[in-house]
Amino acid sequence: MASLISCPHCGVRPKEEFTIRGDATPVRPGPDAPEEAWFAYVYLRENPKGRIRESWHHTSGCRRFLIVERDNVTHEVYSVVDAAQAKEAAE
Amino acid sequence: MRYSALSILRNAFSGNRDWKPAWREPEPKSHYDVIVVGGGGHGLSTAYYLAKEFGVRSIAVLEKSYLGSGNIGRNTTIIRSNYLLQGNNPFYELSMQLWEGLEQDFNFNAMVSQRGILNLFHSDGQRDAYRRRGNAMRLHGVDAEILDRTDLYKVAPYLNFDHARFPVLGALRQKRAGTARHDAVAWGYARGADSRGVDLIQHCEVTGIRREGGRVTGVETSRGFIGCNKLALATAGHSSVTAEMAGLTLPIETHVLQAFVSEGLKPVIDTVITYGGGHFYISQSDKGGLVFGADIDMYSSYSQRGNLATVEKTIEEGVSLIPGLSRVRVLRSWGGVMDMTMDGSPIIDKTPLDNLYLNAGWCYGGFKATPASGLCFAHLIAKDEAHPVARALRLDRFQRGLVLDEGGKGPQPNLH
Amino acid sequence: MSAYRLTTGGLVDRSAGLAFTFDGRPMRGFAGDTLASALLANNEVLVGRSFKYHRPRGILTAGSAEPNALVTIGTGGRREPNTRATVAELFNGLDAISQNRWPSLKHDIGAVNGLLSPFLGAGFYYKTFMWPAAFWEKVYEPIIRRAAGLGKASMQPDPDRYEKAWAHCDLLVIGAGAAGLMAALTAARSGLRVILADEGFRMGGALLSETAKIGGQAPADFVASVLEELKSFPDVTLMPRTTVFGWYDDNVFGAVEKVQKHVAEPSPDRPVERVWRIIAKRAIMATGAEERPLVFGGNDTPGVMMASAMRTYLNRYAVAAGRKVAVFTNGGSGYATAQAFASNGIEIAAIIDSRAVVPDVAPKGARIIHNGGIVATKGGNRLSGVVVERSGFEEVIECDALAMSGGWSPVVHLACQRGRKPVWSDEHQAFLAPENGDLLTPAGAAAGLSGLGDALKDGQEKALAILRGLGKRPKLRDLPEVEGEYDPAFAPLWYVPGAQQKAFVDFQNDVHVADLGLAKREAYGFVEHAKRYTTGGMATDQGKLGNVNMAGILAGMKGVSPAEIGTTTFRPFYTPVSFGAMAGTSRDKESRPTRYSPLHNWAKKNGATFVEAGLWYRSAWFPRAGEATWRDSVDREVLNVRANAGLCDVSTLGKIEIFGADAAEFLNRVYSNAFLKLPVGRARYGLMLREDGIVFDDGTTSRLAENHYFMTTTTGHAAEVMTHLEHCAQTLWPNLDVRFVSSSDQWAQMALAGPKSRTILQELVEDDLSNEAFPFLSAREVMLKGGLKARLFRISFSGELAYELAVPAGYGEAVADALMEAGAPHGICAYGVEALAVLRIEKGHVTHNELDGRTTPDDVGLGKMVSGTKPDFIGKHLAGRFGLTAADRLQLVGLKPVDVANTIRAGSHILKEGAKPSLTNDQGHVSSACYSPGLQSPIALALIKSGRERHGEKVIVWDGLRNEEFPAVICSPVFIDPENGRLHQ
Repeated sequence: MASLISCPHCGVRPKEEFTIRGDATPVRPGPDAPEEAWFAYVYLRENPKGRIRESWHHTSGCRRFLIVERDNVTHEVYSVVDAAQAKEAAE
Repeated sequence: MRYSALSILRNAFSGNRDWKPAWREPEPKSHYDVIVVGGGGHGLSTAYYLAKEFGVRSIAVLEKSYLGSGNIGRNTTIIRSNYLLQGNNPFYELSMQLWEGLEQDFNFNAMVSQRGILNLFHSDGQRDAYRRRGNAMRLHGVDAEILDRTDLYKVAPYLNFDHARFPVLGALRQKRAGTARHDAVAWGYARGADSRGVDLIQHCEVTGIRREGGRVTGVETSRGFIGCNKLALATAGHSSVTAEMAGLTLPIETHVLQAFVSEGLKPVIDTVITYGGGHFYISQSDKGGLVFGADIDMYSSYSQRGNLATVEKTIEEGVSLIPGLSRVRVLRSWGGVMDMTMDGSPIIDKTPLDNLYLNAGWCYGGFKATPASGLCFAHLIAKDEAHPVARALRLDRFQRGLVLDEGGKGPQPNLH
Repeated sequence: MSAYRLTTGGLVDRSAGLAFTFDGRPMRGFAGDTLASALLANNEVLVGRSFKYHRPRGILTAGSAEPNALVTIGTGGRREPNTRATVAELFNGLDAISQNRWPSLKHDIGAVNGLLSPFLGAGFYYKTFMWPAAFWEKVYEPIIRRAAGLGKASMQPDPDRYEKAWAHCDLLVIGAGAAGLMAALTAARSGLRVILADEGFRMGGALLSETAKIGGQAPADFVASVLEELKSFPDVTLMPRTTVFGWYDDNVFGAVEKVQKHVAEPSPDRPVERVWRIIAKRAIMATGAEERPLVFGGNDTPGVMMASAMRTYLNRYAVAAGRKVAVFTNGGSGYATAQAFASNGIEIAAIIDSRAVVPDVAPKGARIIHNGGIVATKGGNRLSGVVVERSGFEEVIECDALAMSGGWSPVVHLACQRGRKPVWSDEHQAFLAPENGDLLTPAGAAAGLSGLGDALKDGQEKALAILRGLGKRPKLRDLPEVEGEYDPAFAPLWYVPGAQQKAFVDFQNDVHVADLGLAKREAYGFVEHAKRYTTGGMATDQGKLGNVNMAGILAGMKGVSPAEIGTTTFRPFYTPVSFGAMAGTSRDKESRPTRYSPLHNWAKKNGATFVEAGLWYRSAWFPRAGEATWRDSVDREVLNVRANAGLCDVSTLGKIEIFGADAAEFLNRVYSNAFLKLPVGRARYGLMLREDGIVFDDGTTSRLAENHYFMTTTTGHAAEVMTHLEHCAQTLWPNLDVRFVSSSDQWAQMALAGPKSRTILQELVEDDLSNEAFPFLSAREVMLKGGLKARLFRISFSGELAYELAVPAGYGEAVADALMEAGAPHGICAYGVEALAVLRIEKGHVTHNELDGRTTPDDVGLGKMVSGTKPDFIGKHLAGRFGLTAADRLQLVGLKPVDVANTIRAGSHILKEGAKPSLTNDQGHVSSACYSPGLQSPIALALIKSGRERHGEKVIVWDGLRNEEFPAVICSPVFIDPENGRLHQ
């Protein structure tokens, strides 16, 4: 993965075109959530070793945020989907 | 056996056959007062100071691989105390002071070389930010000076003064900064700890943390269960993994940082230089290799290997800063696994578990902190209270809004 | 040793003589030579000095693993230290200089280290040089540093060009030896898109060094015929002189091509080197095998050479390494070398074989010593003989060259770069490549096979497997027959007991067997510790020759199999790569893109001095005749803006067009202040926070139509804000109907500020600009006279009556010219970012100097811009944390020196009067400072603890870096027009 990303909109593109934001799993709490939930959302990370979901932005391409599911030990990529579509599918 | 010129002389005449092992290879005992998980720089220095400064008698360091196999042996060896924030500056300055007496203290030449560091600035805004930082250092009695372009040219004429994309305007210099031989730091602490009775147990991987009530009772390891009164985690790079064994979630993401060395050269760069127009740092080792690095690879990774794009970017920065490097060859690249915290600063603190202590989140600044980290962590473990210079490095600072954000980058770990 | 060129034979072009120099002495070689073969042909046997003991060293190999023959070639900015003579292609005019010696290669003072070696064992430096403490940097380290290192870098700018490129293929074949050629041919014949890369300047690998017949042809002819056929396929790319140095994720390979390294004067139209990123569906690693040195006393004397290398010099370059050659071997390679010499009529002094039983393959009449071992060599700078020990008896055998062969190690480097370690094979007595699936397949000698016939067959079979995996139908042809090849089988021999001299394991770093013993004795026996303690494997050859012997010797010392010792980690780069190649075109001014504002030309015409601002060049000030310093210009510009009017280029601000039914709701969530009710035609200052409650960016957003907003951001954060909005819209609230696009480059935007700005602007604008018709914070499309639609915003950074006018980028210069012309009678001037900074400091406006990623809205006096009523916006929920609301936070204030002669500098810190300088006493710092020509005083903005309560307090401005301190008074950060009368006039 870490060399090439298969962007659902642009095809296989080199890593250089992307900006990586970080863990894609934390979900922004609702407006009424307690501060503890906001703290966890902004600061705490499970950071597992192995399969993770990460937020990548195709900065020099379609400028879409993508959810890249990958292994952070082997660097294998399992899937790349548009973040908005992923959220829709989850809801 | 004490190392000295005399011991070398004596051994030279006996065919170097009488040198003793630098440390024992003990079998783990069933129980220790303190178990330190992680035989890297921080774990070893913690054990050393626990034994030496705080008189703790029964200590084990558990290392899953070989001693010094973590980031202590895969960094760019820079030591410095040029920090801005009040929560950081005294801590790193203590570390610098410990570096200055370290070799005599642990009787091992770690080649601490105070060659100075130049943080280059390329705009008025950067100069002002460095002046703010330099003055913060001076307020704490740390040496700092601003070099203008003319002064800088005298020190480092090989910088790209004529054709740089971002003009080289000057530098913040700390003369007491420099480099040290990274492996030797690990070995010096290991030998010093061993000689004070610390059991250094290699190839012993911690696989679980046994708890009863709100307390830790010991660790499951690849060599069986080992009990302890206090458990100290010094596993930066893998802090989230070990903390998870105790049910803790940390404000940390793990990333890989590459570092590089060139072929050996006769001395050409006699100080540490950091590039403010991009991100690049370089120094020359005693062996003659140029040791350099830049940014992390930016994605989460627990693998100790990096990406070609980052290699290229790093070297692009290097050549744009020092054009004369163009015909020099890069020999080797390697990767270290970093605990990147949410504010770029480390954590030395107690945890919600009574007798579990955490030393984590060193981002890519862990090497220079090795002595103070060990001393402050040992202080915390032995006395159950933070060392005065490490009070700000607390775990709850994120919750309380007391972050130590040297870069002002906010809660995105790969930006720090 | 007496080396010489044979009168016939070899693959060099005897019609093309080349002149070169070594240490200033003129010599001659032929096209097709390497520097090493040419040196040898000129009987140059001593070519370098080792790293630690400065021992005399000769050429050891004929390839990229060379540890000894490192020279500096080229002059001036083209000087290249540490060039391996064994792979450097000879060209006319090449100047080579030996390294790491003083005063000369033959007489090197540093060789005294060899005498001191009992004191200089592995790791000796860790045990001494500690007293007195101050001596390390002043005395010991400088000596060590001067002695260490190898060649000298030029540190001068490089006159040559470099570039980088991508390549794509179905199959990348790395190495054009027997296996690689056959693999490439098989794949090409079946229609695959193939890249064949080889580090050599002539493809063929080991085939070029052998004399066996392949399909009835000489090996070189066979190679030529294969290459000819490969060239006939349109989808085959042959890449000679190309080293694949790294294997990265997703089967991306890094490679470096020497484009013009073999010419004296490179053409400026082409790069000298090119880095390739090769994306390969599959790859075959046909990188061959490295011959293993034998570890015996004196194995580093010049004249001792790998057996296969001697064969290469003899067969390929027609250079004999000596006139009386001894062979020390544990397998077939030594005999093949003996045969090669014998068939050229060169005397064989003896063949010393460590094995008890040896095959009957020696040249007729050659003396064979079974069960023998060399324990010492004679000669110093040039081999004159070897001391052979057999059954307790010693014998000196005279010779002028010694071929050694310790067996073979497959070159598995690339296959081990992605986390997997090589695997020990008892059968092969070597480390083999780990299993890597079908992405990278070793073939031929790299896969542990021995012999040309097997390699050809394996190359074909591996290619067939890949073809099947890719779903292609292979076209199979018969393999050519190989006749007369030797059997390279060997019996392991890790080191030869009884060494009377140092037995080297790592030649370049001078690691010998005793060092490994010491490492083990001192608890550094684990292979990674041994490497780091002895520096074995850390030289420029990265242990290509020595690492396997290190594993074998440590295994012997511990009484275990080499499998238990393992290897250290293989990492890029297979061979060292130049910085220049890796940087490509990114150097000097081209190291980053350059952005010019659409008003750049306008500013240039008006005499601007430019300053780098991120990627932009911005106009800093506009000097006029008679102005001695930049301050003169800036003072004039500031005073003129306040008195008349000025025009400033603000095109570099980030500009984002926002559309959609939910645009208002979206803005309301990304800004901390209210945006739902912003009327059409109005602008509003907006504050953007990070989720942690810290200020992220500020700017104005205008509502141009019901569902169309126009946002401006700071220049510095333009890209980040755009990405932030995308993140919010795509991942947080994808249900909102909002779209946006950056239009930063589409608009030329200019600020027209000053009391006369309305009058001037009205001359260009059709619409009524009176205060009633176009009040403060108006924002709408207007028509310029002549029919150009423009956007006009009545906003002010300077605190004056001011407008920002945006026109399509292409019209920028014309409109700015027109404004200057219209303004001339009113005293308009162009002003730059320096004056802009003074104007905004006078008005107390903040920039990133204050918004440094650590300040809250309240810190900078913008607390009112944080809505208390909105249920949600970015940054709302964590803003109330203890640390962010503490009473002693740094707050924005103004600062004036008591004595106007004192210049306040940004970056100074603040102390209470009489307080000792210390971090505890630190009250804050100066964030922005300037000289206010209107107030005729230095002024500053500062962030000071509880600053808002402290207006009027006298404090000390402390600049320890300059040893300066002076009193100043805290005041409001708004120095001019606190009632905002000027804005609304």
